[in-house]
Amino acid sequence: MQQIIPAITLEIAVLILGLLMLFAEAFSKTADRSHMARYAIAVLLALIGFSFFTTPPPANPAPGSMWDFYAVDATAMFFKRIALATTAIVLVMALEYRSVLSKFIPGTEEGRGTGEFYSLPVFICAGLMFMASAVDFILIFVALELVTIGFYVLVAYMRKHAQSLEAGVKYLILGALSTGFLVYGITWIFGLSGHTHLDKVRATLVAGFAAGGPLVGNEHALLFGIMLVLIALGFKIAAAPFQLWVPDVYQGAPTPVTAFLSVGSKAAGFIVLVRVLEVFLAVPAVRGKVIAVLVLLAILTLLYGNLTAMPQDNLKRLFAYSSIAHAGYLLIACAALSADPFGAKEAISFYLAGYLVMTLLSFLVLITVARQSRGDDIRHFAGLGKRNPFLAFAMTVAIASLAGIPLTAGFLGKFLVFKSAVAAGQYALIAVGILGVGAGFYYYIKVIAAMYWDEPTDKTEITVGPLTRLFVGGLVALVFVLGIWPAPILNQLSERPISAVAHK
Amino acid sequence: MTVLNFIVLLPILNAIAIACGAPARKSALLSAWTQLALTIVAMVGYRGGFAYGSTWAVAPEWGLNLTFGVDGLALVMLLLTAIVTVAAVWVTPKIEKRENLFYACVLLISGGAAGAFASVDMFFFYAFHELALIPTFLLIGIWGQGERQVAAWKITIYLAVGSMILLVGLAKLYLAFPEGARTFDMIEMTKARHLIPAAEQGGIYIWLLVGFGVLISLFPFHSWAAPAYAAAPTPAAMLHAGVLKKFGLYGLIRIAVPMLPEGAKVWMNLLLVLLVANILYIGLVTIAQKKLDWMLGYSSVMHMGYIFLGIAAGNAIGITGASLLMLGHGLSIAALFAMCGYLRQTSPSLAFTSLGGIAKKAPFLGYAFGMAAFASIGLPGFANFASEAMVFFGAFKAGPAATLDFSSIQIATVCGLWGVVISAVYMLRAYRQIFQGEPQANVATFKDPACSVKWSVILLLAALMVGGLWPKSMLNFIQPSVEALIGK
Repeated sequence: MQQIIPAITLEIAVLILGLLMLFAEAFSKTADRSHMARYAIAVLLALIGFSFFTTPPPANPAPGSMWDFYAVDATAMFFKRIALATTAIVLVMALEYRSVLSKFIPGTEEGRGTGEFYSLPVFICAGLMFMASAVDFILIFVALELVTIGFYVLVAYMRKHAQSLEAGVKYLILGALSTGFLVYGITWIFGLSGHTHLDKVRATLVAGFAAGGPLVGNEHALLFGIMLVLIALGFKIAAAPFQLWVPDVYQGAPTPVTAFLSVGSKAAGFIVLVRVLEVFLAVPAVRGKVIAVLVLLAILTLLYGNLTAMPQDNLKRLFAYSSIAHAGYLLIACAALSADPFGAKEAISFYLAGYLVMTLLSFLVLITVARQSRGDDIRHFAGLGKRNPFLAFAMTVAIASLAGIPLTAGFLGKFLVFKSAVAAGQYALIAVGILGVGAGFYYYIKVIAAMYWDEPTDKTEITVGPLTRLFVGGLVALVFVLGIWPAPILNQLSERPISAVAHK
Repeated sequence: MTVLNFIVLLPILNAIAIACGAPARKSALLSAWTQLALTIVAMVGYRGGFAYGSTWAVAPEWGLNLTFGVDGLALVMLLLTAIVTVAAVWVTPKIEKRENLFYACVLLISGGAAGAFASVDMFFFYAFHELALIPTFLLIGIWGQGERQVAAWKITIYLAVGSMILLVGLAKLYLAFPEGARTFDMIEMTKARHLIPAAEQGGIYIWLLVGFGVLISLFPFHSWAAPAYAAAPTPAAMLHAGVLKKFGLYGLIRIAVPMLPEGAKVWMNLLLVLLVANILYIGLVTIAQKKLDWMLGYSSVMHMGYIFLGIAAGNAIGITGASLLMLGHGLSIAALFAMCGYLRQTSPSLAFTSLGGIAKKAPFLGYAFGMAAFASIGLPGFANFASEAMVFFGAFKAGPAATLDFSSIQIATVCGLWGVVISAVYMLRAYRQIFQGEPQANVATFKDPACSVKWSVILLLAALMVGGLWPKSMLNFIQPSVEALIGK
């Protein structure tokens, strides 16, 4: 394959796309902005194609260059593609959602004022892509903020809708708090190691805490810093006990934003979590305690997410709680990270890829159905099997995958997670995980029961636009392809890094 | 593409076609008969070892491939699947609501079972079985009767959790092989079984036993079975009790017995206690039932105990008997559920007290039910007799010979033999109350079933008698495979 494009070009292209969209929003004469989203979808999909032609980083980068904080390896490229694909699908959802949106924003004409709703996800996408490559605490922080600030606006986008505003305020306050934790934690780690580059931090800490090293005796300081960072990331990935914002924000935010939050924000959190854990777990002096914290987080998250999802009857809220549960499964793999480094990383990456596909699929169906049934409770899905068999089947596939039924992407992800937990000997986590799967079957299949067992209350047929139909069909196919033939994804993850990360 | 690929693909593709709007009953019948014909072709052409292999790479670096291939044992299970599928589709009465979805679900269950039995790869062996989970949920929930929704939830969650436990067990087994020798290919795993450290086998075996045990309704994980079968529409009950439940037993024979002999020793006494509870305790529960469908559900749980006994014996004759009993039990319970379903359509209640004297009104049903009941008890002339005899001989032989002290498995065998008496008690009592005596008022208009039901029951009974009068026809397939599996 010809490698001609520097990887950073991708991020730059996405940023330029976002800026152009802002200009278009400001100067375009027509009220309808939907064409902006269509162009953006095309560009983002094209960029996924271009991402296969990126050049490797230089073998010996000059000190002080970009490569001090920016790395390009297989995992980074994989997550960049995930970010691009997610954003494209979120824009499809936004198009589907625009009639609901324009009801809740000021303006008299249909479509007026929706431009930012299409351009902000593009900026968030750039943040996610930077984060995939970030190997320095400063870039991690900046990228994370680019993502989070975009979400602050998007969550509260429906300015005439009280729930959306409430969600926005909650997300803003708790988000800002977690940012504070992150910066403070980074400060402590910087104070101990004198570096912000992750590899240098690791090298300094490992040497410093070795027997007779200069840092021996400062374990508590390091642990304090680590805990602060973990708390901040706990907010981002919605791990219990830092999950309190999730249900209200997910339910209140515009549905495409909810989907983006549950996929993009979670993926971002886990990329960063894996990167920093690789540093923390390398220090033998604190390894045991960090693993213990991760196990505890995973158990709490699994129990909380799964058990609270069971009584929900609003579908968005149900997905909110279930997304907490999925963070729990991912944390199982995080806890296995030091015992089974390759397997656990593979499990996290694959789980995230599968999670993305099935979550976006379920939200795409949710938006289409909710708009035409005027509500997003489970009862609005009653009899969907009769009203629109295609959407009902797509939702069934998404649900089957979320619940973890074999031959779907979600099952393979769960299998990899459990496999790495077995390899790490984490049987307490396995037991809680199995309980969680059992609970998950209950609340997920509730949706299938509503769609097929119940009679529809509203017998009008539900129509699906061509673009949505195309993406729903594609995602259904992808759920099965990932579940039956994961080789392409696994090859992307296990292929040799495009080049070694700088300063190895 | 081999004939085996078609056997697996046919029901699945047909299910998709029916879901998309093909004429439901006609396509389903055509698919089921073709599946049976192809299976017989495959059996006729079988020449030993693993045949009809085909493989597609999925994740070669883990040793994970979509590999199909069958030995004699798997072929017999495929035959069971095909026969029961034909009968299940054939007996189905007119479906009033959403006929296409109904037949698609039935065929998916059949396709899942066929895929599992035809898989050589452990991962897909597991995955195909789960294909039946959602269709079962829909079948019971939409077309079932009685407390169908409760039963549907219960079976789905129970089996899902059981499968998850099983999955952990399979992952443990996979990781027990040293790095480099790890594969999901069950043939390769069996060949390399000496690489599994003896000390780890017990820890793996118990996960597999519990995981498979939930799917098989091993005591005390049996409570999903009877309510689900009582609530399920007839074809779903036939396929689930007749075929799908055999997946767990087949898995134990294919995976746990050959690969984990040391693990089996560790948990032998526990397994014996549980299987005796399956036979005696569930047997007594069965006697206490007052409705035909619940009684049949419990009887199918009870008979799993015999098959477990054969597996616990671990020798060629015991496992061969267990395998043949899987066939015999599958056919006989399917026949009983088929007739039970017909009774349900025509009679307001299945309680024994509200039925009586049906044999006078419906002589065919009287004969056929009697034969199926005899088969289920284990009377000579049916496959169940031959196989139960082998199971008991095998289990008794598994203990030390020529001492006067019985070992634990011999004691279990002695206890298990009483199960035959218990079976006779409940089956004959049910037969007397339903079919004999003077016809009660509410069965006055009762008639023999239509041709489709008659012939599908005849098909099942004929297969049972072939297995019983000429067991060699099946043992020629089963025995060499079992001997190859356990390495004798």
